[in-house]
Amino acid sequence: MSAPLDAGALLDRLADELARWLAQSGCSDPLMVGIHTGGAWVAEQLHARLGFREPLGRLDIAFYRDDFTRVGMHPQVRPSQLPFDVEGRHLVLVDDVLYTGRTIRAALNELFDYGRPASVALAVLIDRGGRELPIAADVAGTVLELPPERHVKLSGPEPLTLAYVERGAGREGGP
Amino acid sequence: MSASLQVDAAGRLRHFLDVEGLSRQQLIEIMDTAESFAGVGDRSVKKVPLLRGKTVVNLFFEASTRTRTTFELAAKRLSADVLNLNVSTSATTKGESLLDTLRNLEAMQADMFVVRHGESGAAHFVARHAAPHVGVINAGDGCHAHPTQAMLDMFTIRRVKGEFTPLTVAIVGDILHSRVARSQIHALNTLGVREVRVIAPQTLLPPHVEQLGVQVHHDIVEGVRDADVIITLRLQRERMDGRLLPSKHEYFQLYGLTESNLSTARPDAIVMHPGPINRGVELDSGTADGPRSVILQQVTHGIAIRMAVISMVMAGHAVEATA
Repeated sequence: MSAPLDAGALLDRLADELARWLAQSGCSDPLMVGIHTGGAWVAEQLHARLGFREPLGRLDIAFYRDDFTRVGMHPQVRPSQLPFDVEGRHLVLVDDVLYTGRTIRAALNELFDYGRPASVALAVLIDRGGRELPIAADVAGTVLELPPERHVKLSGPEPLTLAYVERGAGREGGP
Repeated sequence: MSASLQVDAAGRLRHFLDVEGLSRQQLIEIMDTAESFAGVGDRSVKKVPLLRGKTVVNLFFEASTRTRTTFELAAKRLSADVLNLNVSTSATTKGESLLDTLRNLEAMQADMFVVRHGESGAAHFVARHAAPHVGVINAGDGCHAHPTQAMLDMFTIRRVKGEFTPLTVAIVGDILHSRVARSQIHALNTLGVREVRVIAPQTLLPPHVEQLGVQVHHDIVEGVRDADVIITLRLQRERMDGRLLPSKHEYFQLYGLTESNLSTARPDAIVMHPGPINRGVELDSGTADGPRSVILQQVTHGIAIRMAVISMVMAGHAVEATA
């Protein structure tokens, strides 16, 4: 058994790490973008705690997934909302769990269809290993090594809670 | 849920041929999907990669500008490749049959046919005879159905009015020959509006039109009383020849939308038209360009609705292929 996960404590750590990372990187006036659904919940918290000036952006990467021909349309796609111009700006992309990296690949592709950001950093609540693409988080609340059949599920938005779920070992579950 | 030509056993769209036969939930799903595509046109890159590598064939046996171009833009914004075939001027004039045309396009690895045809039932015919991996969308068949037009109209109403249940909707004009009206009436009743009215001279109403679930009016001022939405239909030129109507001038006097004819409608009533408009026949310029008019929003919404329907039908086939 893995140790139970405390979403609140991980969020505190992620917020601290991100604040430190932003200070070091010298990215002035960054924008934050959360990935639907869990990533947007985490981003809402970070956005408020770190006092980002401009509104939070939200991405639904359903139209950028690489498995459309296998799984078809995702039910209940929400419109992506980027209430700012990304051109030339520093972005912090936020997701709940970083696994294969396919979601982040899709999110990066979508972001670049809105314009050319100056930089994109990745902040995740949990980095659980198992990457299938050359993608890494700049900041993570924690790093876990989980077997393929073990997954972490974030529920929310109020309160945010984390639980382990056992699912088939198939990594083909999509991004 | 029972399978039909356009819906599979799991309720997924295999083809999109008619609003009739779809549930309220399915119509809402189409509008919700369109909502998520609506912002794509405002971005710096007006495209999503969803259907990259798919081929959509616009198979138009009847002239159309708006429907064909918005289907073309919708497919292109989904990153599909698009082939436009104006069939009336190509193969069929050389004697090739419709089925031979279909087989040839399938041999070119087409994934979807968007069919516009002057005969009712043409898109259903194509759907029944197309290869299993090919999706078919009805872009208007004879006097029967024009489901994407009806859905873009529903989408426009929802975006402006919010809820369907409190609404009174009046449809004015040539109901008899209008595939648009037929599809709209089915959609409005499925979505549960309070009342659907049709306003037309007797010569332009189908027999037993009440059975479609509409109130019949012959007088426009009475017909639009307290209406929230007024949809006027295009009067085809061939109907103006005097058999069904005395003259287009007289039609305008009796059924044209003008501020004075609309005085009994609700103050926030909107005016819709599927286009192209005949100014001074179905409505005057003051109304077409006035604050009530949502006619150009309908055009923009047509792209989002067609993106939704194309991707949902394509997804239905993708899942089928892997199952």
